[in-house]
Amino acid sequence: MTTSAKPHAIEVNNLVVSNGDVTAVRGVSFTIPQGGRMGLVGESGSGKSMTALALMGLLPMGWNTHGNILHDGVDLVTQSDKALSSRRGRTLSMVFQDPLSSLNPVRRVGDQISSVIRRHTGADRKVAEAQTIELIKQMNLPRPEQLVRAYPHEISGGQRQRIMIAMALACYPQLIIADEPTTALDVTVQKQVLRLLNGAVRDRGSALLMITHDLPIIAAMCDTVAVMYAGRIVEIGPVQEVFRNPRHHYTRGLLDSQPTMDNIALDGSSRLVSIPGMVPPLHSLPTGCAFNPRCPAATDKCRETMPELGSNGVSAACWHPIQTAGEVAAQ
Amino acid sequence: MAIYALRKLAFFLGAVFVASLAIFILIRAAGGNVAAIVLGKDATAEAINALAHAYGLDQPLPVQYFNWITNMLQGDLGQSFRTKESVADLVTARLSVSVPLALSGLLLGLIIAIPVGTYAARNVGKPSGAVLALISQIGIAVPVFWAGILLSVLFGVKLGWLPTGGWVDWRESPIGAIRSLVLPVLSLGLIMAAVLIRYVRSAVLDVMNQDYVRTARAVGMTRTQALLSVGLRNAALPIVTIVGLQIAELIGGTVIIEMVFSLPGLSRMILANVAAREVIVVQSTVMLIIIFVIFVNFVVDLLYGVLDPRVRNAA
Repeated sequence: MTTSAKPHAIEVNNLVVSNGDVTAVRGVSFTIPQGGRMGLVGESGSGKSMTALALMGLLPMGWNTHGNILHDGVDLVTQSDKALSSRRGRTLSMVFQDPLSSLNPVRRVGDQISSVIRRHTGADRKVAEAQTIELIKQMNLPRPEQLVRAYPHEISGGQRQRIMIAMALACYPQLIIADEPTTALDVTVQKQVLRLLNGAVRDRGSALLMITHDLPIIAAMCDTVAVMYAGRIVEIGPVQEVFRNPRHHYTRGLLDSQPTMDNIALDGSSRLVSIPGMVPPLHSLPTGCAFNPRCPAATDKCRETMPELGSNGVSAACWHPIQTAGEVAAQ
Repeated sequence: MAIYALRKLAFFLGAVFVASLAIFILIRAAGGNVAAIVLGKDATAEAINALAHAYGLDQPLPVQYFNWITNMLQGDLGQSFRTKESVADLVTARLSVSVPLALSGLLLGLIIAIPVGTYAARNVGKPSGAVLALISQIGIAVPVFWAGILLSVLFGVKLGWLPTGGWVDWRESPIGAIRSLVLPVLSLGLIMAAVLIRYVRSAVLDVMNQDYVRTARAVGMTRTQALLSVGLRNAALPIVTIVGLQIAELIGGTVIIEMVFSLPGLSRMILANVAAREVIVVQSTVMLIIIFVIFVNFVVDLLYGVLDPRVRNAA
């Protein structure tokens, strides 16, 4: 597992997340090398956020994790809340979707950042406050000396998310998980916040796990991408390869349903397609490949046996992977 | 914050004014001829007129109201018709019983309710949480006088540890005064706690599921640390609201407890004076209690502003 010379930022083996009735994540494995960037895409309910929360050890009450999550020399699955808490915010940290609800409403933002620094570095108040100001400057926020004294409701959404990012990055973590960090923001500031996150992660040499349903963000920020469907990774590989030659029919569907200048026509003759059907509820998944009821290429085999990643020599969990133009020509 | 406090102060003063009008109208204007009521039905017309004149009761009602208010502002709450004692003196003597009783009862209620409610919230869905919810439910159903009688029977009669009732003045023996307050405070506090536990539990349950508690954990707090330092701080808002609302309940509770334990408190004094038709005494003391309740709510509003930056900015 961790036999490679350079340890990974995180290595996830056969992760299962369930609460007794429902299994939200059904055997997910991936690794992110030091400084690597992986995108995790999928529709709502595909298990992306549950995967992220499981890595952090922040699952809601009643949810259990099985499998291994190797990070910084330990298996996080076996760690107590206390042991995990000493890593959270220090070696791995997370940026959440909605910065307004994620920041403590009754505490000044500067105190929220400096308390993270003090907790993990043991720095005294003065030092931590100076570092906080410095961090806020790095986040391209105006008037840091005044901003530290603001409460979350007094600043804009984009500023709040920068504060969240500053908190997450304060202790130079090995891995940062960003769960749809711009979904709750105005379109005009999304790009700025992403650019900032991108730069700050690069400056620290941290690895990034970017969770989003926005494929262009993955294309711009990540080197690998994993596509999740109904609690499983159905396709994984280098971003360029997966996006150019998707092997799984679900990945193809996701790519086709992204609006671009090409497929949106103003005269209404839109070529934007959507994937037929709906994500199956987790408590009544179809047998075989979970995507088979919505898949254009489904056969009896797909309805009977669940494909694994690599079953067919490609990095997609599909019995009938999409062939590239080259492969078609070769036949 | 200053603007917020001033607004709340104006509201407080307005509420006191409206309350004073309401009391005056209810007790005086609607009550008929005060002098006749005080003297009873056998009194002569001359006696009634003489009393009315002596106490200014023959003046027009607005003038009487004005006099009452201006005298109150100068600390003169009027005097008893029969004993001629000043109401201010009567009240001060009784406050040394009622104030420690009510405040200790409330404090005990909070001291029990905050940890127990928090524990119940953390163990929701588990047997221990369910048992606590059940006990709290039973506590709410138990009338405060019944709790008082049970405690009095157990600790006073069976075990003989504490007096079953009566009062030793603070000047006579502070320990004696405390001993006579223990069981009343316990009865009041336990019943308060039973009610408050439910609110603390639901307030904590609510904040436990907030994103910011998860964030606190995401940057290095354990579940317990996040709950205690971030969760409880935010849960303080609904808890303070409920405590403010419970003040009226608390005063109702002291009336009953003072009766059960025969304590010479303010509530018993009012009841006795209602029976004796001491209109002025009742009017002034009830006004004092109402001012107290409004004042507590004013303090609660101010606390809101202190606890929640969003509240003081919105004002």
